[in-house]
Amino acid sequence: MELQTESKIFCSCPNRFGEKPNTNVCPVCLGLPGSLPVFNKNALELAVKAALALNCQVAYYSKFDRKNYFYPDLPKAYQISQYDYPLAKEGFLDLLKDGHVIRRVIIERLHLEEDAGKLMHDHEKACSYVDFNRCGVPLMEIVTAPDMRSPQEAQLFLESLRRILLYTATSDCKMEEGSLRCDANISLRQHGEKLLGEKVEIKNMNSFRAAFKGLEYEINRQAEILQRNGTISQETRRWDESQGKTYEMRSKEKEHDYRYFPEPDLPPLVLNEAMLARIKKQLPELPVQRASRFIEELGLRPYQAEILISSPALANFFEDTLQHFSEPQIVCNWLLGDILRLLKETGQEIEEVAFTPQYLAELLAVLEKGDISGRSAKEVLEESFKYGSNPRRIIEEKGLAQIDDERELSEAVSQVLIGNPGAVEDYRGGNKKALTFLVGMVMKQTKGQANPKIVMNLLRSELDGEN
Amino acid sequence: MTVGKNEVEYVASLARITLSEEEKVMYTEQFNTILEYIHMLNKLELDEVEPTTHVLPLHNVLRKDLVKVSTQKIIEQVLEEAPEKEKFLFRVPSIIE
Amino acid sequence: MELYELTACQAANALAKKEVTACDLTESIYKRIAAVEDKIKGFITVREKQEALSEAVQVQDSLEKGDKLASLRGIPMTLKDNICTLNLPTTCGSKMLQGYYPPYDAHVTEKLQEAGTILVGKSNMDEFAMGSSTENSSFYPTLNPWNQHYVPGGSSGGSAALVAARETFFALGSDTGGSVRQPASLCGVVGFKPTYGLVSRYGLIAFASSLDQIGTLTRDVRDCAMVLDIIAGHDSRDSTSVPREKENYSRDLEKSSSSFRVGIPRECFGQGVEEDVKKAVKRGIEKCQQIGTVIEEISFPHNEHALPAYYLVATAESSSNLARYDGIQYGFRSKKAENLHDLYRKTREEGFGPEVKRRVMLGTYALSSGYYDAYYLKALKVRTIIRKDFEKIFEDHDFVIMPTSPTVAFAMGEKVDDPLTMYLNDIFTVPANLAGLPAISIPCGFSRGLPVGLQVVGRPFDEKRLLQFSYKLESLLQVKDIKPDIAEVGQTDIS
Repeated sequence: MELQTESKIFCSCPNRFGEKPNTNVCPVCLGLPGSLPVFNKNALELAVKAALALNCQVAYYSKFDRKNYFYPDLPKAYQISQYDYPLAKEGFLDLLKDGHVIRRVIIERLHLEEDAGKLMHDHEKACSYVDFNRCGVPLMEIVTAPDMRSPQEAQLFLESLRRILLYTATSDCKMEEGSLRCDANISLRQHGEKLLGEKVEIKNMNSFRAAFKGLEYEINRQAEILQRNGTISQETRRWDESQGKTYEMRSKEKEHDYRYFPEPDLPPLVLNEAMLARIKKQLPELPVQRASRFIEELGLRPYQAEILISSPALANFFEDTLQHFSEPQIVCNWLLGDILRLLKETGQEIEEVAFTPQYLAELLAVLEKGDISGRSAKEVLEESFKYGSNPRRIIEEKGLAQIDDERELSEAVSQVLIGNPGAVEDYRGGNKKALTFLVGMVMKQTKGQANPKIVMNLLRSELDGEN
Repeated sequence: MTVGKNEVEYVASLARITLSEEEKVMYTEQFNTILEYIHMLNKLELDEVEPTTHVLPLHNVLRKDLVKVSTQKIIEQVLEEAPEKEKFLFRVPSIIE
Repeated sequence: MELYELTACQAANALAKKEVTACDLTESIYKRIAAVEDKIKGFITVREKQEALSEAVQVQDSLEKGDKLASLRGIPMTLKDNICTLNLPTTCGSKMLQGYYPPYDAHVTEKLQEAGTILVGKSNMDEFAMGSSTENSSFYPTLNPWNQHYVPGGSSGGSAALVAARETFFALGSDTGGSVRQPASLCGVVGFKPTYGLVSRYGLIAFASSLDQIGTLTRDVRDCAMVLDIIAGHDSRDSTSVPREKENYSRDLEKSSSSFRVGIPRECFGQGVEEDVKKAVKRGIEKCQQIGTVIEEISFPHNEHALPAYYLVATAESSSNLARYDGIQYGFRSKKAENLHDLYRKTREEGFGPEVKRRVMLGTYALSSGYYDAYYLKALKVRTIIRKDFEKIFEDHDFVIMPTSPTVAFAMGEKVDDPLTMYLNDIFTVPANLAGLPAISIPCGFSRGLPVGLQVVGRPFDEKRLLQFSYKLESLLQVKDIKPDIAEVGQTDIS
């Protein structure tokens, strides 16, 4: 995962995506002779935050090491990483389904490292090009234990992890920009066997969807081999999104003797309880806790809570609305219904729209008071969502407020009764449905603004009273 | 512990250096002389000794997360030094064999 | 007397008194370079004279405007060619970086520029600072000013020879295992390696990062203190630069406080040390006694283990530090490569000299899978032992005195084919690097017309007292005014 810092991990170049090639660089991230790294404090704090959110033991002592290998996108021919003393160890992440923990995934380690550059290939000219802009972007690597049992669980893990990182604002997790990447190891186990089979590593799965498809493909591939009594060899394979297949990577790319050794240019990190406590204090409530609070304290259903906490912004919107309108179930219904639909239609995220929790609360208050009709409320919501305008003003401008004034309504009722003698007769003749028709006519006369309850009462007393 | 020619070849390949046959022989011989000298360290009792990776008692040397953009001049000179380039990119022989 | 013969301090005083101008000094240095550089070959790059002179004019202007002066304003100087300079190529003595212009100045380059010193060139060195004779330069060897059949030492041999030959008022070098002190000893000048972390390494092209430290080569101890005043101090771009209050080393230099206690390790006067070297160093030690210094023979039990540990640590780090020279971003790229695989191997085969290859491979071996514990880790543990040896010694001694080098300068070509014998030159200098301690080499006598250096090692960050003591010792030794006699161009070469 890329950490959401302002500058790179070991230099002051901006940590930004999408610049002109080789312009977002300096002597340090280019690894020019004589340059030296200086560690970004914010990268440390964000990683500690993420580690705490993942229930990890943050190490009191950790250090950087050099991982040595040659590749054109690696300017120093070594990557500054963490080897035997990672920043954090032994955490876990619970996977939730319908409000229940279905699996606890152990996090073995969490460490910091720098990103490499980007390579582009030109097959016709038989050459490659290097853009070093991404060099030195701070990365946090998480290694889990072999705890997930299916591609579904893997996907759920990625989603849950993403949520935590978003909640803690440690990474923006934009997969399309490469800020969340994953490699996965898969090994199958025959029924009745205790030991797992040989493990195969899959690289280059650059979206949640790709991770799911890649794993599914690989399980089938391995299962087929095993059914044919074949053997699985330990190898690294590459997911090809366009082909929907995994391919074995060339043996040369696998030949590794990284010659890790302590990075002499960076003194170690020594953290103490006080520093950790200070960072811990900054941790927001995490998704799982939030969901259970929504269920237990606010009475939401598990599936509702799960959708609400899927993004911290959505859950915040929900709670902010409750500040002004304290009916959780109603707010939730509106959020999960019309608002999610509108977001989907416009392709926006909740944090991007001008519509605010205050607006939603106001709208719901007006509706509850009966000042507008349910149908009008939906109309106002769409309008307010689209233009970010105050619902009260929309109601005013469009004249959508309900008419509660009995005198005003009596007039309309009299006119309708005069204009529809047939229906009056039907009603009196015992056809009670004719009342609904008459209410509709009054609504029409008042352009839908009449309070239907009052109209109903007025009609009844007019019709029944004459009896 | 002595070093053979194949180990020198392995190390040369890890270090990405091509050696001629004569060089392989020469380095094998010199490595053995140097390693023999180095092996005097084997006589020391070191099990209980902590390694020194940094002589200074420094830790947590951190910088503030502030952005400073390189000047155009630096960027230009960096590209100026490229053995081969195209526009703003460094060019290398194809990686995909 | 020619101006180039002055020490940096004397020249600065003459400037302050308006007896000379910065241009006069610069002219004088260029005149000297023109006269003797062919015999010394201490430079890789000499800066255009006009450029240096125009800088001298500017400095002179600011001098006359009564600008608050740094003490060495207007003094011409030289940097070792592994210190980055924006306006001059920085080659590290290697074909790999021939013609390479770094896009930035090293911290020390900036500091010296701010102080108004005038850069005249970049000095020759063993390729990537690997060597003890400057014969490993990719370009040409530097010759010892005292006898041009002999080596000047290394790897800062160019800097040492230029100071000795009066082609520069002072020079900077880098010291990873003795690369400032050993050539200073062999060339009869003062060479000082500060405590690790005192001078920023930002812009010093790394050989072995945990050992490298920029040092000074000067004509005497006072010049050394004055240069140190400029280059020492915290730099936030180097994470191993120590944040501490800046000291003034040249002030009160002559005020050596009370009497000091000095330890003389008996292990440093045994086999393999030339008799004349022992004699000259012992003479220096006797002089100390005359001024009330307490001299005690002590034991430095692991001295002999320092060298093998050093060669493991230094080569391992260098194998990683030098991996970046792959022909992709800058520097040399082999023209014979057809694919990426070849590009790496051929670039490094053609771009590196034999000693660099030897050390890079040795270091790769020491770190490689299965050997890490046996070699690299072991060396790190020996480092701890060496540090503890020193800590113990410094519990009741202020300084340690030993020879800088076991021999005086040796003949060109004498040790080229025998790496281990060459490595043994560093036997007394590497302990200070392993422990990160400040150490100075001061000329203390001669053997067969070649200078001998005496080394004083001090406690971490005890530079001030170390230099005060060295200053006093230097004045007692009375050898600093003996200069090499180099036949100038046009004179008959009688050697």
